[in-house]
Amino acid sequence: MSKTKVLSFVQKYTMIIALVLVTAFFTWRTNGKLLMPQNLTNIISQNAYVFVLATGMLLCILTGGNIDLSVGSVVCFVGTVGAVLMRNDLNMWLAVLIMLAVGLLIGAWQAFWIAYVKVPPFITTLAGMLIFRGLSNVVLQGKTVSVTNEKFVQIFGGGANCYVPDFFHGENINLLCVVVGALACALYLFFTIRNRTVRKRSGLETDSLVKTAITAVIIVAVVMFFTMRLAQYKGIPMALLWVAVVILIYTYLTSKTTIGRYLYAIGGNETATKLSGINTKSIYFFAYANMGLLAGLAGILTIARLTSAQPTYGQNYEMDAIGSCFIGGASAYGGVGTVPGVIIGALLMGIINIGMSIMGVDANYQKVVKGLVLLAAVIFDVVSKKKNS
Amino acid sequence: MSDNILEMRGITKEFPGVKALDDVNFVVKRGSIHALVGENGAGKSTLMNVLSGWYPYGSYTGDIIYNGEECRFHTLKDSEEKGIVIIHQELALIPYMSIGENMFLGNEQGKKFAIDWDKTHAEATKYLKIVGLSESSKTLIKDIGVGKQQMVEIAKALAKHAKLMILDEPTSSLNEEDSQALLDLLLEFKKQGMTSIIISHKINEVSYVADDITVLRDGHTIETLVKGVDDLSEERIIRGMVGRKMEDRFPKRSGVEIGEDALEVENWTVYHPLYSDKKVVDNVSFHVKKGEVVGFSGLMGAGRTELAMSLFGHSYGTGITGTLKIHGKEVHLHSPRQAIDHGLAYVTEDRKGNGLILSNPIYVNTTLANLKGVTKRGVINPDKELQVAEEYRQKLRTKTPSVQQNVGNLSGGNQQKVLLAKWMYANPDILILDEPTRGIDVGAKYEIYCIINDLVAEGKSVIMISSELPEVLGMSDRIYVLNEGKIVGEFNRGEADQEKIMSCILSTDSAAKE
Repeated sequence: MSKTKVLSFVQKYTMIIALVLVTAFFTWRTNGKLLMPQNLTNIISQNAYVFVLATGMLLCILTGGNIDLSVGSVVCFVGTVGAVLMRNDLNMWLAVLIMLAVGLLIGAWQAFWIAYVKVPPFITTLAGMLIFRGLSNVVLQGKTVSVTNEKFVQIFGGGANCYVPDFFHGENINLLCVVVGALACALYLFFTIRNRTVRKRSGLETDSLVKTAITAVIIVAVVMFFTMRLAQYKGIPMALLWVAVVILIYTYLTSKTTIGRYLYAIGGNETATKLSGINTKSIYFFAYANMGLLAGLAGILTIARLTSAQPTYGQNYEMDAIGSCFIGGASAYGGVGTVPGVIIGALLMGIINIGMSIMGVDANYQKVVKGLVLLAAVIFDVVSKKKNS
Repeated sequence: MSDNILEMRGITKEFPGVKALDDVNFVVKRGSIHALVGENGAGKSTLMNVLSGWYPYGSYTGDIIYNGEECRFHTLKDSEEKGIVIIHQELALIPYMSIGENMFLGNEQGKKFAIDWDKTHAEATKYLKIVGLSESSKTLIKDIGVGKQQMVEIAKALAKHAKLMILDEPTSSLNEEDSQALLDLLLEFKKQGMTSIIISHKINEVSYVADDITVLRDGHTIETLVKGVDDLSEERIIRGMVGRKMEDRFPKRSGVEIGEDALEVENWTVYHPLYSDKKVVDNVSFHVKKGEVVGFSGLMGAGRTELAMSLFGHSYGTGITGTLKIHGKEVHLHSPRQAIDHGLAYVTEDRKGNGLILSNPIYVNTTLANLKGVTKRGVINPDKELQVAEEYRQKLRTKTPSVQQNVGNLSGGNQQKVLLAKWMYANPDILILDEPTRGIDVGAKYEIYCIINDLVAEGKSVIMISSELPEVLGMSDRIYVLNEGKIVGEFNRGEADQEKIMSCILSTDSAAKE
């Protein structure tokens, strides 16, 4: 390969290369402990809220580098509401619906000011951060409310028993998990091949066969490795199920629908979008209202995992989400970024976290490292953009 | 040593896709007022930006000889140290700072970490007196009028010990009285030995104040007229500015049937969005027929873009009044969406700023105004979208390896084609093309003209706003001339020529200044 080819390859797959390098580094430093079944499971369960929030945050960032600072507080408030409702023996599914509705309502409230009154998002959500943190405290009166509804914890949690039951009752290994992994691979292959033939038939460009094949082999290998590992532990964590649903829906939304297209368009050039007859206000509204909804889901996942609600929950969650987005290749100026990219960004952070924890690195140093990684990612984004122009 | 303070030799400056300056020579005598004139886009501002170091040494070719020595300016600061100070067309003052603070911004008095405010204001007062302002130097900029702000700019230049002052359209936002005061001030400075270069569209002012006049056209120096030697009448200068031959630069349009009125506008008035008592478009009435190309001529800031955008779903301005009829039916359009749905398209003059998403590929830009054409229940059909983009790529002969290229990687002419494709795909009946050939080369221009001809042949109507007179004359069936928000002339094809249009603008210009 020529030098420019290597360079463009590195540029295109920066995130994946970084992920591989970081994983390799920590596997080496932890003598392989990082990839042990339990640790892999933990990476998912511990970071479920990050995946969910980062996905929502991406939509906000796409509109022009706008962020939502309130998500941590919203997570806490939604969790508080849910915990209190369930303590009063409300039906669990009703409580879940109410929690999502509260999240959506808060999102809509902030979205209204941002989209229609043009209050800068930074200010609106900073206010939200204070308001909902305060309200959580008021409702909880500074105390902890524990979540005792076992079914709720089992369905949304990431704790000891929160796994999708193995219908196949495999011995030593969770058969369901293996089956799901294989199924996912099969689906992936099916769609890749179908897409290719359809495009070929209508005379559109396709990647070379070799490239498609190599990509497919790598993806299948990674997915199977991952599911086998999970199967060796307790199978599919429930949290993974919810995260997967969110990822699938929002990958589709951002890449295949008009609303997704408009999100990118606004971030790319707001005036051009407006003059193209697109109601940009409603797109802003959507992004922030949706962020509220996903913060609601993250709130559900959080109290289910921690089996309680406390006034301090959700602190710095907004930073995890924002960091994941920028590390995952979202542009600080908007218009650029993908859901898979952001998920890789979140995964990268998660692996660094857990890797350093296994190594026994002091928590404060962990923060320093995470900060440096974030800065490096954004510097890379800015510098590579400068070179392109 | 010669008595020339400045010689610019063989200056060539290229932007991607266009040569803004081509081997330009420009000589300024010490202690004179030298006017630089030319049409929009002739390269006047570019030349001055080269001189001031805004375009650093190395980004252009040619030599700058100032005070007998060759200069290589890398920043504005470099040229200012030598006494070359440029005053830009847009005032560069900060509204919520005082006059004194503004005057010494970047040139602070006292020590670096201890600004001497007493000295600042004392110095400011001194220079304010020279330019004839009696305001306190502590007055905020926002509290004084535009005319006085322009004077502050000049005082600011003096405070930098300017020996050569460059004024880019200094009177464009001033009324007659303020303009006169400014010009007299320049004459006063001349007596004291100051050299000035003034860029202006207002020919009467130029002949009043200038000793020498250099005419630029299409990035070339055409001629330098000297007071007392050459004829400096307005007609003579205009001839220099526009005097190119009408070559065969426009494709013939034949057999296009002109039908009934497609668009009728009556008593259309628009106010400025911020200064809501300022009329930007003033009681304008016009009509466009099916199959017709109607040209809108005028100077920059005449209100053409504002008129077009206000028609396009009130995208510009406040307090819009007047009636708009499309195909004989009165319509009220309050958003671009409504305008598009009624068959209107506005192809912006600022393709990078308002038209295209440069960071997105061609196909995304092509479908943006009519995404529902490739969408089913909110879901985009990616294959169909690519097909549409490909179809328009072939139709408009856009040069690109693929429609998946980012628009930012294309040349200006091809970007313009993508922008046209976007609006053609929206399938409008009436297209408003605002400066459709700005900043693109001659070959691409010809192709754009062909596209315009194809559009009217399909029975669409085209409104073409252009600052290039030959283009307006060569392409239009009818021409409206706009000045200061009013329609000041209407010509049929064949009736108009460049001198007529120019003098139409200039005569109303001086009449309006009463």
